[in-house]
Amino acid sequence: MDVPLSWYLLVAAALFCIGLAGALSRRNAIAVLMSVELMLNSVNINLLAFWRHVEVVKATLSGQAFAIIVITVAAAEAAVGLALAIALYRNRRTVDVEDVDLMKL
Amino acid sequence: MTVSQVVFILLSIAALGGALGVVFARNLFRSALALVLSFVGVAGFYVLLEAELLAMIQILVYVGAIAILIIFAIMLSRRLMSSETLPWNEQWVGAVIVAVVLFAALVFVLIRVDWPTAEAQVPPDAISLLGQSLVSPDFYVLPFEVASVLLLVALVGAVIIAREQ
Amino acid sequence: MGIINFILNFWVELGDWVAGVLSGWGVPQWGVNLIADIVGVVILLVVGVAAVLIFTPMERKVIGRMQDRPGPNRTPGYGAIQAVADAIKMLTKEDIIPRNADRFLHMLAPLLVAVPALLVYAVLPFGPRLVGQNLNVGILFVVAIGAVHVVAVLIAAWGSNNKYALLSGFRVVNQLLAYEIPMVLCILTVILFTKTMSLQGMVEAQTVPYFVVMPVTGLIFLVAALAEANRSPVDLIEADSEMVAGYIIEYSGMKFAMFFIAEYVNMFAVGILISTLFLGGWKFFGLEDLAPVLTPVIVFAKATFVIFVMLWFRATFPRMRFDHLVGFAWKFLVPLSLVNLFIAALVVKIPVADPVQEPWIHGGVMLLANIVVIIATAIILNRTARRVEGAPALKRIAAVER
Repeated sequence: MDVPLSWYLLVAAALFCIGLAGALSRRNAIAVLMSVELMLNSVNINLLAFWRHVEVVKATLSGQAFAIIVITVAAAEAAVGLALAIALYRNRRTVDVEDVDLMKL
Repeated sequence: MTVSQVVFILLSIAALGGALGVVFARNLFRSALALVLSFVGVAGFYVLLEAELLAMIQILVYVGAIAILIIFAIMLSRRLMSSETLPWNEQWVGAVIVAVVLFAALVFVLIRVDWPTAEAQVPPDAISLLGQSLVSPDFYVLPFEVASVLLLVALVGAVIIAREQ
Repeated sequence: MGIINFILNFWVELGDWVAGVLSGWGVPQWGVNLIADIVGVVILLVVGVAAVLIFTPMERKVIGRMQDRPGPNRTPGYGAIQAVADAIKMLTKEDIIPRNADRFLHMLAPLLVAVPALLVYAVLPFGPRLVGQNLNVGILFVVAIGAVHVVAVLIAAWGSNNKYALLSGFRVVNQLLAYEIPMVLCILTVILFTKTMSLQGMVEAQTVPYFVVMPVTGLIFLVAALAEANRSPVDLIEADSEMVAGYIIEYSGMKFAMFFIAEYVNMFAVGILISTLFLGGWKFFGLEDLAPVLTPVIVFAKATFVIFVMLWFRATFPRMRFDHLVGFAWKFLVPLSLVNLFIAALVVKIPVADPVQEPWIHGGVMLLANIVVIIATAIILNRTARRVEGAPALKRIAAVER
């Protein structure tokens, strides 16, 4: 317990913001997906840090259960997102998010 | 500076360095490897937080499956390894500003709040308790079952979307 | 009596004596712990690398004898130090990196393959008090290390800048991912019986070796571990008729040797793992209570037996075609291990009045259930084989012979 809670939260916030910058600024769709995975990881660190330091009733392991659900959802989302990227590449020969603008005005 | 704090700093260098590598690397394969480094760093955090089962699950699922999926997708969508354009799109200035502002706001909040602490110990038989809490109707059986249905739907959907016509 | 006790508990007594000497010299407790940990790490590394030195010539001599030829016998000692000769040869070769390959990835891949193979030794139990780190998620640690190996293969394939290496890397990853699932399902079946994930706990829970209790699980795990370790009959790297040398085609010299060092280290670790999970680990009909000093010897003997079986497979079976291999994993091993898992989940819940008899009753029922599964599988395979297109050919052959 000699690593205080605020350190974990700071690292998680930094990871989230780096992931956010990547998701908004990268050109390649797969790079955007990688940045989204970083954001989900930072959420997991937050969950576990709060469970470890703040939760009184630890026997239900709520932090770990929630983190497992988040990992599951991240895996499902990565699978579908990458399938979409591959289908996009097959049809348009590009995974550049700048080129996928049919629905723009 | 206790040993845990030194280990924490090393792990955060790995996790944040990997994250910076994902965002700033020009070669897409190198950013995938930086992502793997970041995942391993985060798994180290879980071990520090006394959640070893979750650290192993993190490595198994993220490094062993998601990172491989990402690498396969990168390999299947390469256009003969050409990178004429910069890897950033047109709105990268706004993205960086948003990220920095958000980080400043979060740090401002996090440092000022007086977090409540509870010194309760992590139970020694955490693994069996986790199993019970995931299937007990008093606790988390509903998100667990919904997550398994979600996985099935995502699996079928991904296979159908990525199928060759 | 003191000296006999010292010899019988030799490893533990030696560790305590050295710790006592260090404390006597004034080293603080954290220093003694640190030195003990470093010495443990060095011992495990030496064990891992010694496995390479022993099993390289052993494999070639055993396979040679099975093929009625002497095997390597030019080096002194009837070919026993062949591995040293191989190492000297590899060290004197030129180190080539392809021109357009990514240098960093090309150099990283052999390390990333070799180091995780050695990490597994940290959780393997060599005795009742001889384990590197008794993690309470030990078996999951081993599976996670196997998952890291997959990423290392992809890096090696990509870093060679060679289309054929890339294709071979895809195939190897396909095989590794396909066989990871029956392996994990079999491990789950064992965990249902031992009720703990730590490897030391698994050895202590085996009053009867689990290979006798659930032979189907043991056999599936053996095949899946063979495939994970890229051994014949499922080896696609060493197959000279397939893509020359697979994803290690562009590696020369010591980097090439690192892949094979990793394979032998992995094979020994798999041998110890199978003996821990299914053959009773460091237990041997009570010998471990009489003379705990012999427990590493027991573990090595069982692991060597498992490796001998693996070499026997290599010398005997022809190589499988890739789609047969992957289809075998997905269409046969996964349903079979799922059925086994369900049966184990039911058997474990049988209420037993007397907790001392519990392992025998659960074990006996599981053994019967496994025999039923084997017979049912044989019958189903028989019926399915008759409906396959090869059946008319069999009838034609039978008609000609008549």
